[in-house]
Parts: sequence; structure tokens; C-alpha cells
Amino acid sequence: MDEVLLRSLTPSVLGILVRRGADFAAAEDAVQDALVEAVRVWPAEPPRDPKGWLVTVAWRRFLDATRAETARRRREDLVDEEPAPGPVPAADDTLQLYFLCAHPSLTPSSAVALTLRAVGGLTTRQIAQAYLVPEATMAQRISRAKRTVSGVRFDQPGDAATVLRVLYLVFNEGYSGDVDLAAEAIRLTRQLAAAFDHPEVAGLLALMLLHHARRAARTAPDGSLVPLAEQDRGRWDTKLIAEGVEILQAALARDRLGEFQAQAAIAALHADAPTAEETDWVQIVEWYDELTRLTDSPVVRLNRAVAVGEADGPRAGLVALAALDESAPSGSSSRGDSLPRRAAVAAYLHERDGNLAKAARLYVEAAEKAPNLAEREHLTRQAARLNAQLRR
Amino acid sequence: MSKYLLLKHYRGAPAAVNDVPMDQWKPEEISAHIQYMNDFAARLEKTGEFVDGQALAPEGTWVRYDGEGRPPVTDGPFAETKDVIAGWMVIDVDTYERAVELAGELSAAPGADGKPIHEWLELRPFLTEPPTITE
Repeated sequence: MDEVLLRSLTPSVLGILVRRGADFAAAEDAVQDALVEAVRVWPAEPPRDPKGWLVTVAWRRFLDATRAETARRRREDLVDEEPAPGPVPAADDTLQLYFLCAHPSLTPSSAVALTLRAVGGLTTRQIAQAYLVPEATMAQRISRAKRTVSGVRFDQPGDAATVLRVLYLVFNEGYSGDVDLAAEAIRLTRQLAAAFDHPEVAGLLALMLLHHARRAARTAPDGSLVPLAEQDRGRWDTKLIAEGVEILQAALARDRLGEFQAQAAIAALHADAPTAEETDWVQIVEWYDELTRLTDSPVVRLNRAVAVGEADGPRAGLVALAALDESAPSGSSSRGDSLPRRAAVAAYLHERDGNLAKAARLYVEAAEKAPNLAEREHLTRQAARLNAQLRR
Repeated sequence: MSKYLLLKHYRGAPAAVNDVPMDQWKPEEISAHIQYMNDFAARLEKTGEFVDGQALAPEGTWVRYDGEGRPPVTDGPFAETKDVIAGWMVIDVDTYERAVELAGELSAAPGADGKPIHEWLELRPFLTEPPTITE
């Protein structure tokens, strides 16, 4: 049973049904039925044309469902009104699905769930497991999402930035259970890149590949975090890095810079360094300057402070950090001291500046604010390490 | 997209505004209170924000290892001053603001005289898996 093939066919089959006039929600249900049927039947009778098989079965399911519903209101057969199934450009439909699933009227979690189901072809159970919620909860989330977009016209181009953000959310989720969400996000972004020629799609794909390439080195066997500088670079996936760099260079050559390309460029510079010491921090600072120009988010400027600390020394990094605190309006949630990981960055810079006591205190503060267990344990260990040094 | 724990307390939390012990309520007020919480959970299931919820008995015991070959130490039933958790619900919401909004709604469950009890609920974020991108 080729699950990868099934999943990759899902969006185009769904697109064809909608193109033939099926309502999105009904078409989506029909396609899911057809996928279940395929899992049951294909191992014994593999079809010669898998996509044609899926379209036929899904369309029959859709008609059955429509007929059952119509019969309740009026005994009338819809089959005669069935439009002739003409040739359909599959790539265009897939693209429309991406835009529909990332529609701005959906909340982020709904958009993510709908994308994984309609474009990714995952089952509700798989998505529920990936997000650690009950299947019933995820089923409701998806059906609400389908209802929300059911009135949206299928041939309206959407906002590419929204689609990219949804895929980035999937990638960042980081769970790896039955469904590896990072790998799934890469698969979907590859599909999108094949259907949609846009430098930022390429930028996002490059960014994902470059980060994914370092995955094996990011955690120790016991699950603890390994910081970039201490990672075993021999465990980085050089094939993925090469692919990411190639995609990025092609995108950059088109001279339409966006946020994902800039982030990918930073990731590429890290991936390119044979050792942590040989990292080209000066160029990384320059890319952070570009990123600041493109997004000006406090998180970007926090990361920039780290890069400045490496390029020009910890004092310069601390100055950049202080500038970040002053630029945010007081009391706002974007104010420096409420930024995630701000204390961790300050701790790191103070340690490198030789102020171990202050660094230890800041590591403790950072650990208390850490959003996940691995980070909290890592930061607590940093504080413990410094405190042991101070006692000596 | 993060999970939060909503904790209800038997004891230990600050007093509710409408602070009347449940055994002093009218039976129909108790039913209304329970109905409110069931409806709340059912609504969150529909919005796709429900993860889990359970009620807990008021009895709780501290337990501690007491050395090789010895039975664990227990401190018996809680003294009145100790915090006792009455029940919990886990939600999965898009933002912290939404979590606060829902906790506020749950705190408005009706109590004595049919008025909201304004009980204090503890809202605790889950520690999650590390995201794929941290550098």
C-alpha cells in the first residue's frame, strides 16, 4: 500500500471534484471515503491508473451522498445532471486548495488541520495524534473549518503569505509520532513549490530543508537539547543542505527578497560552516539587518543581538539587546523583557562577557520562562554549571 | 495552538466572590452548576478546543519514599489548610487570550441563588515539545 502516493494524489482528486461542481465539504468527505476504500482494495487489486480510480470512486461517493440527501427532500436523480468529466489542470486545482485551506477566516489551528487533511491527505486520527488532542476534537475542528470555507469561491487567488505561514506552523510543531509533521510540511511545501512559482515558496522550502538537515544532531539520545555550536556536524544531512542551498540560490537570484529567503540565507550560513568557530557571523548580521527591514519583529532583533555578540563581541551584543528594550513601548507585550528567550540571550552574552553571577541568575530566570521541557532543562543545566564554577 | 490546564480547587484557592459552600445550595442550583460545566465542555468539543477533563475526589494524600525496605511515608488526609484540586480540564486553543476568556467563562458557573460563583481558576500552560526551529 503506497501511502505516500495516496497522499500526494489527494489534493488533485479533491480539486477535480470541486471543479466539477461539488461543494468543498461534501467533496472532501467523498475523497476521504475513497482513500479508505483504496487502502482496503488496492493491496489485492492495484489499479492501473490510481488517480483515475480515486476520482471515479470519490465522484460516485459524492453522487451517492448527494442523491441520499436530495431523495429526502425531493425524489430526484442528480446523475442525469452530472457534468461531463473534462480534462482538468491538476496543478492549478492543488494550488487553489492550498489557498482555500489557509483562508484568512480560519484560525491558525483550523487552517493547519484543514490543510493536513485536504491537501496532505492525512486522516483525522493521524492529525489528532500529531497534535495530541482527541480524535473527536480534531473532527469538530476540521468540520467547522470546512463549514467556514464552504461559501468561498474556489477560483479566487488567495494570499500566498497566509499559505506559507500555515505550512511553517506545521513544520514548527515538531512532534514526531505516527506522522512526522516536519517531514509532512516539507512534502507539502515541495508540492506547493511545484505548482506555484514564487521566490518566497522556494525560500520557505529551502529554510525547512536546511533546518531539517540538522535535526539528527539537535538532540542527544536522552532527548536533551544540543546547541548549534556543540552539534556534531558530521550528523548533518549534507544532501538536504546542498538541496536547500541550491533552491535558495535560485530564489535569491530572482531579486525578490522576502522574509523566508532571508531566514534561509542565515540557516545556509550556519550549515556552510565546517566548525562553529568558522561561522560567518558578519554576513549573518547583515542578513539579520535585511530581516529587520522586512519584518522588524522583536524576535528577529533578539536573534540579531546574538549574531552581533558573535561578530563584534559580547559587549556589542549587550548594547544591541539594550536597544531592543528601549525601542519597545513600555508595558507592551513586545517589550524586550517579556520576549521569549530574551533572558537566555542576555545570560549567554553576560557569561561571555565574564559576568558569571549575573549570567547564572539570568539562566534561572530563562529556565522559569522556557515554554518546553527540553529547553527548561538545558537552561537549568547552564545555571548549575555556572554556579558550580562560582563556588570553586 | 497550545494547551492549557484549567484547575478547580476545593481548598487553597482564594475565596470565590459568591462564596457559599455547595452543601448550602438548593439542589436545583447544584444541577444548574453541573449543567453549566457540562455545556461548557460540550461547546469546547464543538469548537475543537477540548482535550480532556476529569473531576477529582477531595481526599488526597502526600506520599514519599522512605528508604529501602520501608513502606512509603504518607501524611494521611490533608489538613484543612492544604490546597486540594477538585478537577481539571485541558484545552487546546490558538492564543493565551482565548484561554483566559474560556477560564473566565468557566469561573462564571452559577452557584448559590443562581448567581455566578466567580471562583478562582488556575490556568497553567503545558510545557510542549521543542519547536523544530530554535536557533
